[in-house]
Amino acid sequence: MTEETVTVAPKPDLPPPSAATGPVAWLKENLFSSPLNIALTIISLLLLYLIVPPLLNWIIVGATWVFPTEVIIGDRSPRYADCGPDGACWLFVRTRIEQFIFGFYPETERWRVILSFILGAVGIYGLLGGPERFRRQAAIGFFVVFPILSFWLLRGGLGLLPVPTSQWGGFMLTLVIALVGIVLSLPFGILLALGRRSNLPIVHLLCVIFIEFVRGVPLITVIFMANIMLPLFLPPGYDVNVLLRVLVGTTAFVSAYMAEVVRGGLQAIPKGQFEGAMALGLGYWQMMRLIILPQALRVSIPSIVNTFIGFFKDTTLVSMVGLYDFLNMVKAGSKDANWIGADLTGYTFCAIVYWVCCFSMSRYSMHLERKLHTGHKR
Amino acid sequence: MSAVQSKTASQFEVGTDVMVELSGVNKWYGQFHVLKDINLTVYRGERIVVCGPSGSGKSTMIRCINRLEEHQRGKIVVDGVELSHDLKNIDRVRREVGMVFQHFNLFPHLTVLENLTLAPIWVRKMPKKEAEEVATHYLERVKIPEQAHKYPGQLSGGQQQRVAIARSLCMNPKVMLFDEPTSALDPEMIKEVLEVMVELARSGMTMLCVTHEMGFARTVANRVIFMDFGEIIEQNTPEEFFNNPKSDRTKLFLSQILHH
Repeated sequence: MTEETVTVAPKPDLPPPSAATGPVAWLKENLFSSPLNIALTIISLLLLYLIVPPLLNWIIVGATWVFPTEVIIGDRSPRYADCGPDGACWLFVRTRIEQFIFGFYPETERWRVILSFILGAVGIYGLLGGPERFRRQAAIGFFVVFPILSFWLLRGGLGLLPVPTSQWGGFMLTLVIALVGIVLSLPFGILLALGRRSNLPIVHLLCVIFIEFVRGVPLITVIFMANIMLPLFLPPGYDVNVLLRVLVGTTAFVSAYMAEVVRGGLQAIPKGQFEGAMALGLGYWQMMRLIILPQALRVSIPSIVNTFIGFFKDTTLVSMVGLYDFLNMVKAGSKDANWIGADLTGYTFCAIVYWVCCFSMSRYSMHLERKLHTGHKR
Repeated sequence: MSAVQSKTASQFEVGTDVMVELSGVNKWYGQFHVLKDINLTVYRGERIVVCGPSGSGKSTMIRCINRLEEHQRGKIVVDGVELSHDLKNIDRVRREVGMVFQHFNLFPHLTVLENLTLAPIWVRKMPKKEAEEVATHYLERVKIPEQAHKYPGQLSGGQQQRVAIARSLCMNPKVMLFDEPTSALDPEMIKEVLEVMVELARSGMTMLCVTHEMGFARTVANRVIFMDFGEIIEQNTPEEFFNNPKSDRTKLFLSQILHH
């Protein structure tokens, strides 16, 4: 390039005006800047004062954490009456925690569940947080090796004691249903979304019918239908177990939602991206895989994770067909004659566990959004 | 545009073999007849500038050449391959025809180098290493080798458009289509893009450019085509076209774009 070599010196940059500093200035500016602001501040503080201390007192300070002596030395089993009246009865959770996690899984075989948890955690770490160069291995590990291995571990057979799915329960069952739904819904959802945008009328119609039908009925209905109708489609005498039926139903349900989320993302991609890819001679699938979907999924991350979070909590509906997921397990535990009255503690515990899971997903999605940001404006 | 006027149009070589041929091409958008009986023959090495008022069908015409738009009647043959509903032919044509867009259409999630190597690797099945060498070569040719590892969003408009040109060149195309390549650029960036295009014309590339850069047309075009209302109204050498326009519509158009 033939650039002129006239140098024009710009004025030196000045530092930005420093804001008023110090905690008092901050308070003045943010909390007491106007009469309305002062009123809001006071009301908020009042509400916090009314809610937070009693809540903390109930959960932590006033709660019963330690078993009485006669229980520790083994004279009798713990019961709700061991807990103080003014707080949470964590003795209930401490006594039942293994059942909350493993359901009715045989005690001697629980190491298999723990091993599956660890494998899954390693897989998720490798896939989402681990070093970039092992991403491909991690993907194969998580999407191929882990499901096969954990299916074998959980289900048994081939040298391991078989554990029928009717004995699965608790948090482990919740995780199984959630993971299957989350992992399968993304590819199915993408295919359904592409199908819905397809120019082929039959493909388009089938996808629209599936999405609108499944999305138009409550999840509980889908679960019931899967439970009752799936056996009708199969040859007589061929029994599908309840868990599998439920997995088919929930996965179909979350896939339909995912399809619409992905379709929204696809619509956010400018036409020029398609044209740029086509003009280079890329075929449809290459264009989708290399150009369109990476961008569409990136813009849909908040909605995708939103769907996952919603679904994670919706897994509790499987209790309606008699499965003992985490929530149902806790509920069943509090029906025990020894623990009548402990249900409030049980539900609080559930709320905390679900919240931790969902909040982690939410934080991870934020992290992912920041990481994938490449400086382009939209 | 004095910097680019180092060579006159007549100094460029034009072959005798036909690169692109449009005969009796018609296209409608719904009821709107956007292309009316277009006949155009482009020879190897020709640099054709297409101009005309907005809505005259010039973009649509060049977008038909790589089938980003479908024509409904007539025949388009690119390097001996006829464009029809045959997907194989469409792919063959798109591999040989490069296109540069008004809004660059770079892939924002890929680095500049990845933008350039993508099509050679996936369409031409070129080994990654070789594709990167080709990409580096063309980045040097458009004078931004140092930007290879940045994302498009971190570049200026002029740099992005040069990357887009390099991206097309990496596929070693036989024809390059330019759809208003400088219309979305800030004035000070137009020059750097035009310089690259002049460079490209000098190398013997067959080019069809929809542009309003009349300085560019005078410098490199061997033919200027004026379109209005979906028709080719007039085509001539740049000298004749600018100094001695035949039709009234051309005169009106030229008076509007040259004296504002």
